[in-house]
Amino acid sequence: MEAQVTEKEILTTQHEEHHHHDEPFLTKYLFSQDHKMIGKQFLITGTFMAFVGMIMSLLFRVQLAWPGEGFAVLNFFLGDKWAPEGVLDPNMYLALVTIHGTIMVFFLLTAGLSGTFANLLIPLQIGARDMASGLLNMLSYWFFFVSSAIMLFSLYVESGPAAAGWTVYPPLSALPQAVPGSGLGMTLWLVSMSLFIVSSLLGGLNYIVTIINLRTKGMKMTRLPLSIWALFVTAILGVLSFPVLFAAALLLIFDRTFGTSFYLSDIYIAGEALDATGGSPLLFQHLFWFLGHPEVYIILLPALGITSEVIATNSRKPIFGYRAMVGSILAIGFLSFIVWGHHMFITGMNPFVGAVFTFTTLLIAIPSAVKAFNYITTLWKGNIRFTPAMMFAIAMVSTFITGGLTGIILADAALDINLHDTYFVVAHFHIVMGLSAVLAMFAGVYHWFPKLFGTLLNKRLGYIHFWLTFLSAYGVFFPQHFQGLAGVPRRYYSYTEYPMFADFADLSVFITIAAIIGGIAQVIFAYNFIYSAFRGQKSPQNPWGSNTLEWTTPIEHIHGNWPGELPTVHRWAYDYSKPGKDQDFVPQTVPLEEGEIDGESGH
Amino acid sequence: MMGLLVSIVVVLGIITFAQLIKVFEVTKSLKGGDDHIVTDKENRNQATLMFGYLFVFFAFCIWTYVKYGQFMLPEAASVHGEKIDTLLGFNFLIIILAFIITHILLFYFAFKYQRRVGGKADFITHNNKLELVWTTFPAIVLAVIIIYGISTWNEITRSEPENALTVELYAKQFDWTARFPGEDGKLGEANYRLISGTNPMGLITDNSLEEKLAELNEKKAELDAKLLDAVPDGKIAEDTQEEIWRVENHINKLIAFQKEADNRGAGYISGFDDKPVKVEFHLPVDEPIKFQIRAQDVIHSAYMPHFRAQMNAVPGMVTSFYFTPNKTTEEMRLITKNPEFDYLLYCNKICGAAHYNMQMKIVVESREKYEAWLDQQPVFYAEGLERLLEEELNKKQEVLASKK
Repeated sequence: MEAQVTEKEILTTQHEEHHHHDEPFLTKYLFSQDHKMIGKQFLITGTFMAFVGMIMSLLFRVQLAWPGEGFAVLNFFLGDKWAPEGVLDPNMYLALVTIHGTIMVFFLLTAGLSGTFANLLIPLQIGARDMASGLLNMLSYWFFFVSSAIMLFSLYVESGPAAAGWTVYPPLSALPQAVPGSGLGMTLWLVSMSLFIVSSLLGGLNYIVTIINLRTKGMKMTRLPLSIWALFVTAILGVLSFPVLFAAALLLIFDRTFGTSFYLSDIYIAGEALDATGGSPLLFQHLFWFLGHPEVYIILLPALGITSEVIATNSRKPIFGYRAMVGSILAIGFLSFIVWGHHMFITGMNPFVGAVFTFTTLLIAIPSAVKAFNYITTLWKGNIRFTPAMMFAIAMVSTFITGGLTGIILADAALDINLHDTYFVVAHFHIVMGLSAVLAMFAGVYHWFPKLFGTLLNKRLGYIHFWLTFLSAYGVFFPQHFQGLAGVPRRYYSYTEYPMFADFADLSVFITIAAIIGGIAQVIFAYNFIYSAFRGQKSPQNPWGSNTLEWTTPIEHIHGNWPGELPTVHRWAYDYSKPGKDQDFVPQTVPLEEGEIDGESGH
Repeated sequence: MMGLLVSIVVVLGIITFAQLIKVFEVTKSLKGGDDHIVTDKENRNQATLMFGYLFVFFAFCIWTYVKYGQFMLPEAASVHGEKIDTLLGFNFLIIILAFIITHILLFYFAFKYQRRVGGKADFITHNNKLELVWTTFPAIVLAVIIIYGISTWNEITRSEPENALTVELYAKQFDWTARFPGEDGKLGEANYRLISGTNPMGLITDNSLEEKLAELNEKKAELDAKLLDAVPDGKIAEDTQEEIWRVENHINKLIAFQKEADNRGAGYISGFDDKPVKVEFHLPVDEPIKFQIRAQDVIHSAYMPHFRAQMNAVPGMVTSFYFTPNKTTEEMRLITKNPEFDYLLYCNKICGAAHYNMQMKIVVESREKYEAWLDQQPVFYAEGLERLLEEELNKKQEVLASKK
């Protein structure tokens, strides 16, 4: 302990010496080792990728609404090869679906979400000068950047980008004979994802070490804001599961390049019997989902953490059941490792295993229900202020519940038989994972924009952005439940070959229009973001009347975060509307009065 | 419908644009003001909108249900499918109830506890009793769901009926083939190394082995000739040599099949009378069917939603699924009031460009009709079957002769 303190002191003095240097452009904006700048870099890169992913989804939604019709916009984006006369090519349709999924799951909701908020919030909310290792942190971003660049570059190769679905199941992803996207496009996908995993591991290790070692005086684990608890468990999940995806990717690279047969067996394709025998495509699925399922919570936990902060702050009320919230984060984190098989009920896996995974999967509903109830009761008897961030957070609770509930259906192996890979699944995971995380990310951006840029996002545009986003979100995904219950499969280029799906033709148009409205809403957000970052209203010191430490740092970013000594923490983060106080919030740095009790039992 | 939607988009666009201009003006007039503070009026408006959203959302859910709920799958056409439907109904009842209650609470609380002038929130940090209730209650409900769900799953997957009719579903890019056993009631063995133009499913029969061997030997002879012509140690020679090794390896694998037959003293004959069919296949009603599912190239998935049946087709593996269809196509046409209704099998695992059109029609009918249909289907190797019949006839005659 003592050694740690002295180390901190040394760091402190070092930082103080450096404070007011004017840094050159290169190290200030590009190769910065400052966590605040790296957070911004992650946010901007992630958001850029998100726009690419969103445009892709609109392109394939156009095909689904008006199959086979020519659209100049498709030709504009994809050219004559992939959209001759404006009609989308089926191979390109699969590629768009694949890259849309990859970008949204990994580049936006893993790197964009965790990367941004872990970098921004961890040092600021635990009272540290910076991350434990600024260098690793910088490398984490640049690996992510290169990975993004390669993924985008793969859109331009002649045979097209990867097209085997974002889950890239072999043999489809292993054999260029099976789909053109499995040529160079798939190679680049694997290279990109390998670099992404490196980035994720460097970041994750750093987050864990920082949270464990660099908490300021008085910041006990039990006083950490829930956002930090969520980011902490997220980082642990990432460090434990991403290496498994790396293994899966590596073996796939071997199968593709060096003639091994880890995943391939008894295949006859393009007039030729391949030599590969003895491998199993199921092995890949096990490895992939061993990451893939924790990945869902790598996305969701930070979203839940952000939501906790935003809801408590704007309800002016302590988060309900802090200990239960921490407990449920830990429980969800643990359970997320033993449920991956629910993605594989109908792959030919032993039915007994299916029963086990049904059991473990449904258990997750318990901590999830606890979280939902706690959010609702935090609102109860609050004094709610409807900032745009708060509205996004409330919307997130709604999508978390709606999507979570359909998860109970899909977790049931017997019911999954008929719903697997239908639009019911599409609706489920887009609502529970996609929408929840995106809405929470918006909540986080609106809430912490002052800490990112020193300015405030425009509130009115925020409201418009919120309502258009929230309305179109359910407009796109809620009706898809009915398509799923009608047996409509996902990843179909067109449904015109099936008379039984003709009933949904006008629904497809409705969904696409809703998606376009949602897309327009994001343009408003982008405008607000850029305008406010440069010319927005300057933020006051603590615009939301919040208790956490980040609001005690100067508005202008300085290296080392706090001028002078690090703040000392005296209480938990949720003393909102505490009786007997002048204000309706008590920052964590305010010492306890005599006889005042801290934390959950502080009434 | 379209016109309405397009006009909505246009109106929204205009509103947005107007707001943008307004924002410009407001920001210009502000100099470091307190624009971030949510005014009482704004707070009231947004709180009311939130509450209004609850009704809009519920109305939307009901509208989609009324308009599109009718297109959901009709009642299950298989015995186990009915159990799945009951389970689904039970689960839906619970989640819809939970959905309604939580959403009413969420949006109502947001509205009710909006900021009041001079108001203050209650300092409530937790409530052990309440938390115990809402941890135990979902746990109990989930225990019921888990037990009910797993027992249904076990019933479906563990009840392998005896004397089931075995039908093979064989998937490749981009079509299905169904294979029915002939009079011997057995499906012949298959291996991907026997696949050829005349044997697209790779059935192992005495003649298909010979044909494939002849094809490979011919290929090997060609390659040998090519190797002789090639410049020694050149690129072509190297590639050709490698190709020869591959073909030899292939030939050896096939010879191993022949040896195996010799060892057990019986040829590969059960595939002779197998009946591969495309485009459409028939099933007898009220009889258990075992689907044996294989894939040739990549993963596919045999999805028959009307029977609540689905199983992946995985290269290198044989997967299976049992079900008993209990409604004929004709009955289902009456139930759905759709004279054109047909059961379908289609692919439900992304498998390439034409994944979206990989279907087969299924006709469920009486035993008699099914047999009549099956009789019309050609067998895989008619000559082989004739040879077998002849041999059998000869044996009988010999027996008769010896008795005389």
